[in-house]
Amino acid sequence: MDWGTLHTFIGGVNKHSTSIGKVWITVIFIFRVMILVVAAQEVWGDEQEDFVCNTLQPGCKNVCYDHFFPVSHIRLWALQLIFVSTPALLVAMHVAYYRRETARKFRRGEKRNEFKDLEDIKKQKVRIEGSLWWTYTSSIFFRIIFEAAFMYVFYFLYNGYHLPWVLKCGIDPCPNLVDCFISRPTEKTVFTVFMISASVICMLLNVAELCYLLLKVCFRRSKRGQTQRNHPNHALKESKQNEMNELISDSGQNATTGFPS
Amino acid sequence: MSWMFLRDLLSGVNKYSTGIGRIWLAVVFIFRLLVYMVAAEHVWKDEQKEFECNIRQPGCENVCFDYYFPVSQVRLWALQLIMVSTPSLLVVLHVAYCEGREKRHRKKLYISPGTMDGGLWYTYLISLIVKTGFEIGFLVLFYKLYDGFSVPYLVKCDLKPCPNTVDCFISKPTEKTIFILFLVSTSCLCVILNFIELSFLVLKCLIKCCLQKYPKSLKSSVCECHHLRYIECGETGVPPLLQNHHSDSAISTPQRGETKLLCDTHKS
Repeated sequence: MDWGTLHTFIGGVNKHSTSIGKVWITVIFIFRVMILVVAAQEVWGDEQEDFVCNTLQPGCKNVCYDHFFPVSHIRLWALQLIFVSTPALLVAMHVAYYRRETARKFRRGEKRNEFKDLEDIKKQKVRIEGSLWWTYTSSIFFRIIFEAAFMYVFYFLYNGYHLPWVLKCGIDPCPNLVDCFISRPTEKTVFTVFMISASVICMLLNVAELCYLLLKVCFRRSKRGQTQRNHPNHALKESKQNEMNELISDSGQNATTGFPS
Repeated sequence: MSWMFLRDLLSGVNKYSTGIGRIWLAVVFIFRLLVYMVAAEHVWKDEQKEFECNIRQPGCENVCFDYYFPVSQVRLWALQLIMVSTPSLLVVLHVAYCEGREKRHRKKLYISPGTMDGGLWYTYLISLIVKTGFEIGFLVLFYKLYDGFSVPYLVKCDLKPCPNTVDCFISKPTEKTIFILFLVSTSCLCVILNFIELSFLVLKCLIKCCLQKYPKSLKSSVCECHHLRYIECGETGVPPLLQNHHSDSAISTPQRGETKLLCDTHKS
């Protein structure tokens, strides 16, 4: 089980996403997951080994490392990516449920005019309307919440997004205030800023997608309202025309039979 | 052989699961297996190398580490994942057995080997109970082995060959505690899902049984109704009971002779 499997799960949702949703999936997997796996994990690979404190007191290094890094950056990013990707599974489950119900109705003989066979149902792209619209919108909403929450946790845990090259630590069993040195602080800062920027871009994409979906619904409703308003006038015109036609045909018949009008 | 093997095995279970079963599978794959592989495994990577005791006596660190961590938490987590996933394979085995039987006898023995009724229902129920048992068992084991779900930063150790009570420091205790709490919460979520699925299956079966009994009692009451109609038709015109009973055989007002015939056919 690895990131490839998550990619397979989320990739299946891609077909039913909007264009902005497709861009979001691409950004997640290329600029975040790939960077995490091929680069960031190497940078943080020896983080505890190369964390050095200016003391020979056993245990001081462990305690200071634990105090300044309660959760490693890498693990927090991995958790963030997992939590941010999973709301998309709600959409996948909804689509799977919809397809199962359609297949059941097809087997009962109800939707034979809409689909040729069961394969046709599987290939059909499901439109984002009705209950699926609500599921999709909720998934985007949760994504935004998770992104914001993790960014805040990062800021809160590490006092910002910058890693210093030295930390002062005086926790027991350290005998006094000792200097502790982090390995590769500049490289770690660069990657932290990169991941945070990618996170911000993903959040903006999610907000844009949410606005797009809301506008689409409002536009569709106003269009439906307009056609309903036009339709009664059109029906009235048609019925008047029918009456006129009947009168004309009646008078025509009377003229041929010689019956006085 | 790796976790991919387990993933491929479990993917086959998806077809024969209920909706809640599929949610359970998604939770296990994403929040337990994936988190274990991409994050948790690395946290416990250097656990013995970074376990440090405040003593230079050779062997003291080894003995203390072995005493406080008889089985590493991460290995226990892996064992739990394997044990909890395997009862689902009973269902796959059952379906494969049914399909094998049909092939051997070269005729259709079952309506569909994958439908959830009869023997497969019992197999699914047993697999659910065993899964829940394993989950709760491992949680209790975790709690008893490590005295709770938190990892302390310091442990006191005075086992031989340590000359006195020494301080031993565990590496990354906060991160380990966070991941253990994550494991416990996902485990509890899976237990809750199993209980819901169990109740759903049992309720569905009870409702089906009640519905099967109810038409039988309806048939016998229709028969009695026709018998009553026969008697009433003999006395007056249209019997009042006809208006209340929903019978698909008796819609119109029958004559005396017809009523008797209907009753006889129902009885037979």
